[in-house]
Amino acid sequence: MEAGKETSQEMVERQVEVKNADGLHMRPAMQFVDAAGRFTSAIKVSNTETTADGKSIMQMSMLAATEGTKLTLRAEGPDALEAIELLSKLLEVRMPDENDSRQAGEEQDLKSE
Amino acid sequence: MEIKKGIAVSPGIAIAKSLVIDSEDYRIPRRQINPSQRKAEIERVKIGFKQAFDELSRMKTTVHSDIKQRDIQDIFAVHQRFLQDESLYNKITKKVHNDCVTAEYAVSSVFRQIAGEFAKVEDHYISERAADIYDIERRILRQLLGSKREDIRHLTEEVVIAARELNPTHTAGFDKRYVRGVVSDAGGRTSHAAIVARALGIPAVVALEDLSGSISGGDIIIVDGNRGVVVINPDDETLEEYRKYSLDFVALESKLDGLREKPAVTRDGVKIRLLGNIEFPDEVELVLRKGGEGIGLYRTEFLYLSSLSEPTEDEHYQAYSDTIRVFKHWPVTIRTMDLGADKYTQSKRFAPEPNPFLGLRSIRFCLQNLVMFKTQLRAILRASVLGDVRVMFPLITNLGELMQAKMIMRDVMEDLDEEGIKYDHQIKVGIMIETPSAALTAFSLARDVDFFSIGTNDLTQYTLAVDRSNELVSTIYSEVDPAVLRLIRTVLRDAHKVGIDVSICGEMASEPEYITLLLGLGFRKISIAPPMIPEIKQIIRSVTIEECNRLAREVIAMHSRRQITSFLRDAAKKILPEAF
Repeated sequence: MEAGKETSQEMVERQVEVKNADGLHMRPAMQFVDAAGRFTSAIKVSNTETTADGKSIMQMSMLAATEGTKLTLRAEGPDALEAIELLSKLLEVRMPDENDSRQAGEEQDLKSE
Repeated sequence: MEIKKGIAVSPGIAIAKSLVIDSEDYRIPRRQINPSQRKAEIERVKIGFKQAFDELSRMKTTVHSDIKQRDIQDIFAVHQRFLQDESLYNKITKKVHNDCVTAEYAVSSVFRQIAGEFAKVEDHYISERAADIYDIERRILRQLLGSKREDIRHLTEEVVIAARELNPTHTAGFDKRYVRGVVSDAGGRTSHAAIVARALGIPAVVALEDLSGSISGGDIIIVDGNRGVVVINPDDETLEEYRKYSLDFVALESKLDGLREKPAVTRDGVKIRLLGNIEFPDEVELVLRKGGEGIGLYRTEFLYLSSLSEPTEDEHYQAYSDTIRVFKHWPVTIRTMDLGADKYTQSKRFAPEPNPFLGLRSIRFCLQNLVMFKTQLRAILRASVLGDVRVMFPLITNLGELMQAKMIMRDVMEDLDEEGIKYDHQIKVGIMIETPSAALTAFSLARDVDFFSIGTNDLTQYTLAVDRSNELVSTIYSEVDPAVLRLIRTVLRDAHKVGIDVSICGEMASEPEYITLLLGLGFRKISIAPPMIPEIKQIIRSVTIEECNRLAREVIAMHSRRQITSFLRDAAKKILPEAF
């Protein structure tokens, strides 16, 4: 899987399946893009038809990936392996339930008042 | 005067001048620029993005005070990601550069192309996101054009907002002091506008088809969020009627809320059970607050419409058990999936049907999608140990369908037995009576179920062969048409003969004018929209069954709908003058 010639320019690729019941719609897409943006490596996400820039919310949401969609993640750069580890987890592990996060958020909001 | 029927998504009554938003068309003419101007235009794109981003940041902080608006904040956060999206920005600036067009034109054409891509996706949830894209586009264009558009944040008089489709910006900008109601052409039960209007407590009616096209700014609009009715430019009589209704509604609401603890008993001591129809989980509390004694109709469609994929068994279970726990020993009647003739079944799985209301919908759809159907039944059965749960099949047209549905339920029960999972073995099974065929064969059907619930909306539509949302024929639609009443009587008679429970859960039961008739016909269990419970209870408490019976006998002898309608209206005015 890993085809890095030198550590500074690794290329890591991984097949993942979207496990989040809501697919990769707006909110999860935002979480993904935010996470991808923290890495120096270039992130590409492909389905059978097209390839999207993992740091672009426009391109990611246009993948219209629903639950069960198989995607190929590719990272190229110094932190490629780390990036793939984290990002594939984001897709494969169910993202925190919206209700849970909302409740947590509400509690926080209440506290801050 | 024009009357439109849509879906009531947030209760209350509003009467105000209309403010039509979204009518200004931002279609930007293609204007060429000199190559030398390109740099300046690209700079304008950059500033437009930046200002739109900043505006969202400001809006995020202003809505922060209200916890319920958290969803709006999330949406704005997503919009901001788009405004930070380099590839989107580059696409636009490249267009300015390559095609020598203005910033406005480049922004507009790129966003419209993206929105078009979204709208093409055959998934209800994703395609609806096109509205978000248009919202972002408009925000940037507003910066670029510097237009002083009519802004709902700077209102000086009370208005009803009318729009094709409401987007997060509109709803976040609402100033509750002036915005009295919301009506929109598009939007379903799960649309953004519906949810937000409820959270803010403004009456709203959606899915009004071409409403915004028939309204001009300044027209007087009545929004009846209790019944899903919108009246445009009402005549004096209607206006007066609704003014009274609106004032009385507020007065009644506070007065009637005092009735909460009092039973729904007629003056001569007959107990009537008032239950609530619910759609969203947040309505559960409302039923209790208004004094409902359980759920007579738990619509489960929201589970299918609110998420991108089919709900899992656990999602079903979670939703049901949350509700059942609230009601404890009170009945919760869960209606199995009743979709069809709408986006879900039409876009997700099939080529559109030519005649969806007579097509693969509701129980028919379930009987052909057994995995999905069984998932829901399993969840209902599992939840049945938590309280008094009943299951109800919609749109049954013949005994065969009922037997099939029951057989599938037995299969699911056997599976649960094998797995050692507990459920209520005596769970009550009932059906909706909402087709003429079911009403006419009620006697046969009654022997195989524990209860009937009459769904008057569909029963009326199918009996009179009229689509009530089609304004060309909607005047034919009436639940008190002699033909419909005759079927209702048949059902009641046959149910009583066999000795099963029968209730009514259609909108007819939420009509104060009809309640005495329903009691007179023999209904003792009525399930209605939660906001209407106190008012209906008040009427029940001020009549005797004796007079209801007399009234029903008179109505049954009448030959025309018109006669029946005016007779009932007069009768109702005598009973509860303040409500009419």
